[in-house]
Amino acid sequence: MKSNIDLNPQTLDRDQDFLIRSQNAQCINASRVDDTKPWYVNLRYMAAGVLFGIALVKSEVVSWFRIQEMFRLESFHMYGVIGVAVVVGIVSVFLIKKFNAKTIDGESIVFSKKRFIKGQLIGGFIFGTGWAITGACPGPLFAQMGMGFAVVGVTIVSAIAGTWVYGLLREKLP
Amino acid sequence: MWNLFFAGGVVIGAFLASNFLMTPEPIEVAPALSEDLKQYGINDYSRLLPAQLFSWDTLFSLKGLIFFVIGGFLVGFGARYAGGCTSGHAIMGLSTLQWPSLLVTIMFMIGGIISANFIVPILLSL
Repeated sequence: MKSNIDLNPQTLDRDQDFLIRSQNAQCINASRVDDTKPWYVNLRYMAAGVLFGIALVKSEVVSWFRIQEMFRLESFHMYGVIGVAVVVGIVSVFLIKKFNAKTIDGESIVFSKKRFIKGQLIGGFIFGTGWAITGACPGPLFAQMGMGFAVVGVTIVSAIAGTWVYGLLREKLP
Repeated sequence: MWNLFFAGGVVIGAFLASNFLMTPEPIEVAPALSEDLKQYGINDYSRLLPAQLFSWDTLFSLKGLIFFVIGGFLVGFGARYAGGCTSGHAIMGLSTLQWPSLLVTIMFMIGGIISANFIVPILLSL
């Protein structure tokens, strides 16, 4: 199915733009000014990644054991961590909107409405089964590797292959 | 480009945390879980991941093939198909009060509960 959405940037609205970019890339909210800057501005994303990596390990959400406990309903741990993250997210989104906060480059921060298609439910189910097997969702895969479990590199390559195969099949899936 | 730097940062952060910011005590897990895992020869709780499972030796077996190759594929394929992962749907989606994210998060849970209770035990016994 070819998209019949108007691609003219002048008339393209934000939700359409989100839809198109989310179909074609994982980074739907990438800064548009980075391309004009020297490579080392990317180090700030690395710094954010370092903090995220430390948080993932210290909160133990990268633990295969904790994931099993969560899905076997044997521990509150994961629900607590994710619950706190949601509360922090709600407060952050509220503050960003209230004070109309800008990014470090002065770009405005927009929250796009998610488009819903039924296929996402199937995708969610598939993702859940994989999450319980590997004990990691995409971010934690990198953390598991950083913790010294080099074999997780295979999982990462395989996950990337999965995203690529999705790209191939996208038009044929419900 | 930025996401590669971010992923690299996560690797570094996890390396720093696991080498310099951890206590030496083993991880404590739910008794019912450790009881079950004992049957499958998993009793090493010194790291956040079971070292007996996450090793190169496991990779070159049917069990490892499914755990790492198929498991990873399901994570990648599912995350793209679902339009987001734990952070995108469960955390950011719920934070911005979007009902599609709630539905997808429920599907994550259903998939995970079925997998952890019925599929993972079969895989561990391979």
